[in-house]
Amino acid sequence: MSVIVLFAHPAYQRSRANRALVEAVRGLAGVTFHDLYETYPDFMIDVEREQALIAAHDALVFQHPFYWYSAPAHMKEWLDLVLTHGFAYGLEGTAIKGKPWLNAVTAGGRPASYGAGGYNLYTIPELLRPFEATAHLCGCVWQDPFVVFASHLLDDAALAQCAEAYRDRVVALRDGVQPAAPSQAVPASEA
Amino acid sequence: MEDASLLVQAFVYLLAAVISVPVAKRLGLGSVLGYLIAGAIIGPFGLELLGEPEDVMHVAEFGVVIMLFLIGLEIRPSLLWRMRASILGLGGGQVVLTGIAIAAVTLALGLDWRTAVACGAILALSSTAIVLQSLREKGLAATPSGRSAFAVLLFQDIAVIPMLALLPLLAVSGLAGTEPGGHDQGTALAELPEWAQPLAVVFAVAVIVVGGRVGMRPVFRYIASTGLREIFTAAALALVVGVALLMEAVGLSAALGAFLAGVVLADSEFRHELEADIEPFRGLLLGLFFISVGASVDFALLLANPLLILGVTVGVVAVKALVLYVLGRGFGQPPADATVLALSLAQVGEFAFVLFAFATQNGIVADAVADLLVAVVALSMAATPLLFIAAERLAERLSAGSEVHDHEPIEPDSPHVLIVGFGRFGQTVGRLLMANGFRTSVLDYSADQIEMLRSFGVKANYGDASRVDLLEAAGAGDAEILVIAVDDNDKILEIAETARSRFPHLKILARAFDRRHAYELMKLGVHGFERETFEGGIALGVEALRHLGMRAHQAMRAGRLFRRHDHRLLQQMSEFWGDEQAYRIQSRARSGDVDRLLRRDLDVFGTTHVDDAWDTESLDRENEALASSEPDDSLPR
Repeated sequence: MSVIVLFAHPAYQRSRANRALVEAVRGLAGVTFHDLYETYPDFMIDVEREQALIAAHDALVFQHPFYWYSAPAHMKEWLDLVLTHGFAYGLEGTAIKGKPWLNAVTAGGRPASYGAGGYNLYTIPELLRPFEATAHLCGCVWQDPFVVFASHLLDDAALAQCAEAYRDRVVALRDGVQPAAPSQAVPASEA
Repeated sequence: MEDASLLVQAFVYLLAAVISVPVAKRLGLGSVLGYLIAGAIIGPFGLELLGEPEDVMHVAEFGVVIMLFLIGLEIRPSLLWRMRASILGLGGGQVVLTGIAIAAVTLALGLDWRTAVACGAILALSSTAIVLQSLREKGLAATPSGRSAFAVLLFQDIAVIPMLALLPLLAVSGLAGTEPGGHDQGTALAELPEWAQPLAVVFAVAVIVVGGRVGMRPVFRYIASTGLREIFTAAALALVVGVALLMEAVGLSAALGAFLAGVVLADSEFRHELEADIEPFRGLLLGLFFISVGASVDFALLLANPLLILGVTVGVVAVKALVLYVLGRGFGQPPADATVLALSLAQVGEFAFVLFAFATQNGIVADAVADLLVAVVALSMAATPLLFIAAERLAERLSAGSEVHDHEPIEPDSPHVLIVGFGRFGQTVGRLLMANGFRTSVLDYSADQIEMLRSFGVKANYGDASRVDLLEAAGAGDAEILVIAVDDNDKILEIAETARSRFPHLKILARAFDRRHAYELMKLGVHGFERETFEGGIALGVEALRHLGMRAHQAMRAGRLFRRHDHRLLQQMSEFWGDEQAYRIQSRARSGDVDRLLRRDLDVFGTTHVDDAWDTESLDRENEALASSEPDDSLPR
């Protein structure tokens, strides 16, 4: 099995949390790390290449910061252009059918802010429903999202813990085992 | 001489050069000294292998003419205008002051005042051929002292004209007007009435300027279009010879005329072609010239009065160097630069041979004095390569202690990026990098540009970027990236090659002229390149698409897509570069592919393939098909 990590962060150079996560999975055997902002700085996504790339992998991971309850623009552009009718959905669009789909997000708010009563109103899985529906239409197997909360407030130790949890999730996808761990990486101080 | 003599002579000359020049060069003496020694060995006082060195010298003087034409080609009229202060100030000052000093000494030695004036004027001149060749060889041509030396030489070349005109006026024995030894200047002019002579001069200069500006371009374009390279070379040579003849006919220096013709053509598109074609003739003829100088040294006279000749030579060289040093310092040069200037121009020039012959015929200088001085001139020329070596040593020591020097290594916090060539292209690169806070160092050979940059606090050095020591001085040893942005294709390749071998840690990003140049750069292993007009062309194409009614985003993407396909083609085709036939075949085959791909990607007006997200066409087709069987389960729109 092989995993492709599709990564989108327009200001990666400033993101401590995403750097920790990226370093945790980049270079793992059987894991392809694919940085969209770095590969296509002008948003000129090479659709054929991208389609070939995801067709060649067995599981998809979408790693991104949670910007306005969604992914940064480049990832949306990627979904728009790459997951076309006849490729990802439709009668003949079976290229990624049956593949696990995991969103790995870093969020600024604390866990309590997500959900009824919190200022973010909804839980992260609720807010990720457009992704879930997309995965569904493409026949992918939706995975419980991996979430790092309050990413900018974590100290180094907590961040390392999150990174390790993330690696475990990705390795589990690669090895085809169902994760035993909880789906959210919540730092010890928050749990 | 017999029929075979020409070939025999040619063989002797060539063989002497082939043997002695590499040895001299290897010993660090420079090629000029090698030629001079070769001349002395095969000359009448050595192995006596030569016929008449004077005849050869007359032919070889044409090497000087060609050299000045080439120098002219490198100097645009605007540059010449900017150099006016140093040409008139430094050059004029040098000729006048040196002339007066030498004349005073000659007078003090008890010679006639006419002789003194003639000697002062003649000995004030320096050797354009030797100095420029040596400056080039040492890579000093583009340095401040090199430029100053050139300015002085230029003034001297101009000064020869009035000297030739005024020397006969000093004549005591009324011999003026007789044919001046071998030099046929003035003959055509003399037939004209007096009032018409200045007009003829003006007319000749006008012919060169207007003819060069207006007439020569169509001619060269026509010849170039025939693709006959040797005819282009012939035309270039014919041009130089024609100009030389024209100038001599009206009594001007042929070298000066050739220089003028070069300047006039410096702006033309055929500049590089002309340079490349004529360059080999320059080298060979100059070599011939130096050999004949070496051969003409009268060793018998030298051996008869060794102390007198040596003493006079040292005296002349010392006076000339002293005047130049004082002038150089007066014009604000640091001691190191002034030293190089002074010692490089301290010899007496080849024109002295002509002028002394002229002067003796006019009875201004006695034969014995002239013979002695000719030996002095030759000796001073032979000493020039040694003086150059001394000058470099001295300059090194002087600049070690000085604060302001153009070649000093730049400040301790080394640059991130070294940009060589800071014209339209390099400036854009540099401004972008500096705006992003990266330390940038610049190496360029436009003095004005450097001055302007320095006034903005940018680290800028002056010099030729193909020289390893200058690259080093500008920070190539510590920089991470070298951006090559000079506007000369060959130079770019040369610099890239030098940097690759001498500074292997550097990432090299180069300005590419066109596709072919880009292949050459890829072959050299540069880390990045950009064709200089490619992005601009695309941007304007995108603009055109917008004016044709395409929406901005779509037009922009069409431009980007075009660029991507072109880059791919470039990568693929680079494999075949070097094999002309394979390249042509592949290029024809693949450009079809690329066009097809591009058309497919751009597909219908209004839809690009990369942009067909939520293109409903295929969805509609599928839904129609489904509607006939399962109407309730159609896919979303």
